[in-house]
Amino acid sequence: MTQIAQVQGVLDASGERARSLQTIYVYEAPVRLWHWVNALAITALCVTGYFIGSPLPSLPGEASQHFLMGYIRFTHFAAGQTLIVFFLLRLYWAFVGNKFSRQLSYLPVWNKTWLWGIFYEFKWYMFLVKDPKKYIGHNPLAHVAMFSFMLFLLFMMASGMALYSEGLGIDSWQHRLFGFMFTLFPNSQDLHTWHHLGMWAIVVFVIVHVYAAVREDILSRQSMISSMVSGERLFRDDLPD
Amino acid sequence: MSADLETFYEVIRRQGITRRSFTKFCSLTAASLGLGAGAATEMAQALETKPRVPVIWMHGLECTCCSESFIRSAHPLVKDVILSMISLDYDDTIMAAAGHQAEAILQETREKYKGKYILAVEGNPPLNEGGMFCIDGGRPFVEKLKEMAEDAFAVIAWGACASWGCVQAAKPNPTQATPIDKVIKNKPIIKVPGCPPIAEVMTGVVTYVTTFGKLPELDRQGRPKMFYSQRIHDKCYRRPHFDAGQFVEEWDDEGAKKGHCLYKMGCKGPTTYNACSTVRWNGGVSFPIQSGHGCIGCSEEGFWDKGSFYDRLTGINVFGIEANADKVGATVAGVVAAGVAAHAAVTAVKRIVKKPENVG
Repeated sequence: MTQIAQVQGVLDASGERARSLQTIYVYEAPVRLWHWVNALAITALCVTGYFIGSPLPSLPGEASQHFLMGYIRFTHFAAGQTLIVFFLLRLYWAFVGNKFSRQLSYLPVWNKTWLWGIFYEFKWYMFLVKDPKKYIGHNPLAHVAMFSFMLFLLFMMASGMALYSEGLGIDSWQHRLFGFMFTLFPNSQDLHTWHHLGMWAIVVFVIVHVYAAVREDILSRQSMISSMVSGERLFRDDLPD
Repeated sequence: MSADLETFYEVIRRQGITRRSFTKFCSLTAASLGLGAGAATEMAQALETKPRVPVIWMHGLECTCCSESFIRSAHPLVKDVILSMISLDYDDTIMAAAGHQAEAILQETREKYKGKYILAVEGNPPLNEGGMFCIDGGRPFVEKLKEMAEDAFAVIAWGACASWGCVQAAKPNPTQATPIDKVIKNKPIIKVPGCPPIAEVMTGVVTYVTTFGKLPELDRQGRPKMFYSQRIHDKCYRRPHFDAGQFVEEWDDEGAKKGHCLYKMGCKGPTTYNACSTVRWNGGVSFPIQSGHGCIGCSEEGFWDKGSFYDRLTGINVFGIEANADKVGATVAGVVAAGVAAHAAVTAVKRIVKKPENVG
């Protein structure tokens, strides 16, 4: 270690010295883990969910030889409950984690700068301003989008658990907890339809989310994709704001 | 009517039914209601000591399929005993009395059994035009319903009409046919949905209420848990084919002949709460799925307005175009993806046209 400390700056074969830029630890390990578990679980949920709605072609032979629909449904239920468990852990982390971990849980609508930032970011996406601003956490527009997605996830989790509780029976704790969804949607067929539309909403979210992350990674003034791997947000310039 | 304080037991003994038959009936009914071991004794006790409960059966906008089902309650013992057991004082469709005579019974029951009689309603009241779309005894049915419900002990809403509205309430519902619980707010209501409900379920509910003098345990939507707490799908004898992934793909295919799962043919078993797959119909002979046709979900709220009976994914009417969740979702996703691609293209062009003057 001492050897590295003795070398000033960083040198490579080209001989140029690297410049030190500001790096902030934003996404703590549990937050990153949650993000990637979500990514996997949501992928599994979308694929299996689609095949629950539109099953694969019929299998030949005896029913005792197969359990295809059973496995697909099991995967869906397991992934869904994994999503919920990690959501709860994430909620806990919002209380004990760093200040960035709390960002998704509220919208600071009383903050005028933040509100202005939504419009500024919107203009940035509409090619109306030349340069983006720097943000340590989510930019205000992304903040709104992610907060909305959390609310939407709540609906998907509640409707998913309500549908799951149908198989467990109306005396199960799942039904006691999530049966209220059937007060909102008395016919479970409607809840199925909304849950299914929710899958497509997730597909739309993923398209926009991945595109925005890649685009920001290239165009913005801070790191994006690698931040969700290492947790560190690296700023590309020393200019103010 | 004269025997207002007579118990059910006294009535059937007078009719020559033995005590042995009576206890058998109690055990059978207790079992069919899914009650515990001690229930048969409890039931016998109640029938021996409590006076018979009068039932007023009224008909609003409906097709009488509930009555047709009810009078076909399969087990002869159940049928005979139930029909003599409930003191069916008024049922305009099957009663002998007519006109003023019949209407007089309603008033008499109201006064004599204030707060004690059961009001069973088949069909529902249309509320539009002051209820003029259903005239019963010279006045709107809704008036008669409200009046009789005022002094009833409880209201039984028979079938999909009384419970949810059924086909006469289908969009745009010109007569404004309205389910009972939206009209009667101050009385306990038991919903016994189905189009029609299963005969044994109907007799079971009446037996329970008249025997124990209280309502059976109801679920969130006001249906008796004993008959409506399980989905058709979960007790379906074709369920193993569903779990295996063996479906009927076309009505005349190999799967249909082998009795595979009707899920892909739009069977509503997975979203329908009823006792068809356990109690079955016509004395346990069969039920729709056993006959090779999917469940249409006739006991569910709004089943008449949920698109085709033969679609797995519910039809969604978007901008007047028939579609389902997949079509709507894939379209939206496609539009968004195209938007994202366009946005990416604009971004790229801007980058190429105007070489960034090194922001840093």
